[in-house]
Amino acid sequence: MIETDWIWGLVGGLMIGAAAAVYLLGNGRVMGASGIIGGLVDRSGLSTWAERVAFLAALVVVPALMLPLFSVEISTNITPNLAVIVTAGLLVGVGTRLANGCTSGHGVCGISRFSLRGIVATVFYLLAGGIVMVLFRHVLGVI
Amino acid sequence: MQRIVIAAISGGLFGAGLLVSGMTDTNKVQGWLDVFGAWDPTLAFVLGGAILPMLLAWHLTTKRAASLVGEPFPAKPDPKLGHNLVIGSVLFGAGWGLAGLCPGPAIASLSWGGTGGITFILAMIGGMVIAQPVRAQIDRLAAA
Repeated sequence: MIETDWIWGLVGGLMIGAAAAVYLLGNGRVMGASGIIGGLVDRSGLSTWAERVAFLAALVVVPALMLPLFSVEISTNITPNLAVIVTAGLLVGVGTRLANGCTSGHGVCGISRFSLRGIVATVFYLLAGGIVMVLFRHVLGVI
Repeated sequence: MQRIVIAAISGGLFGAGLLVSGMTDTNKVQGWLDVFGAWDPTLAFVLGGAILPMLLAWHLTTKRAASLVGEPFPAKPDPKLGHNLVIGSVLFGAGWGLAGLCPGPAIASLSWGGTGGITFILAMIGGMVIAQPVRAQIDRLAAA
């Protein structure tokens, strides 16, 4: 069962990479989710608002249309703990803007370019995520 | 118009890939980060799979003068790392671990993520709003 998940992970990963390749070769831009959203939030990317909105709208609509294709129930399985959700959201918002990238920008687009910034960012967010899991799941037991 | 169509194709493919790969499931992301629990290696396959087409794409940018719409390709970023890259990545990673969501999957799962998912997105937008004053404060402290 878990091996099937790995194959779907690889297939989905190839699609994510293809999406980033379309954005790069088509529009000449790095596909970073936090940058595309953040540029609208802090108005730094208003000159390209239309393509940002189109990207985000398709990002919501296409997976929504695909849901009936799945025989298993699709869920985010997000924690019901509101304090954890709000804290996590704030940290993700502040952190990705300070670092100027997230998993897609630094991870997918940065590493594939052998960018030192992308590699360093990825090492630090993976380490921080791993430490948080140990601390909050195994020590404190809240997530 | 061409730019908008390309952006929509990219966003749609990105969302489809996130759903198919399982990255909109917080259990899979937290399972990957939980190296001392029931470790789930799926995310390594996702990241590895995503990097492959981009290796080719970055290679193609060296063969072409400009992108399809005529926009020049993004210049190689300043290799200087800086404290904000490290501090920001640590904060982002902590939030990613706590909820198991990063920005792309949070948006992609909007239609089925429920109030929890919407709350996460609103908090993330709030975090993006306060990022500029936070950055200014960090820079002041770093310069002191």
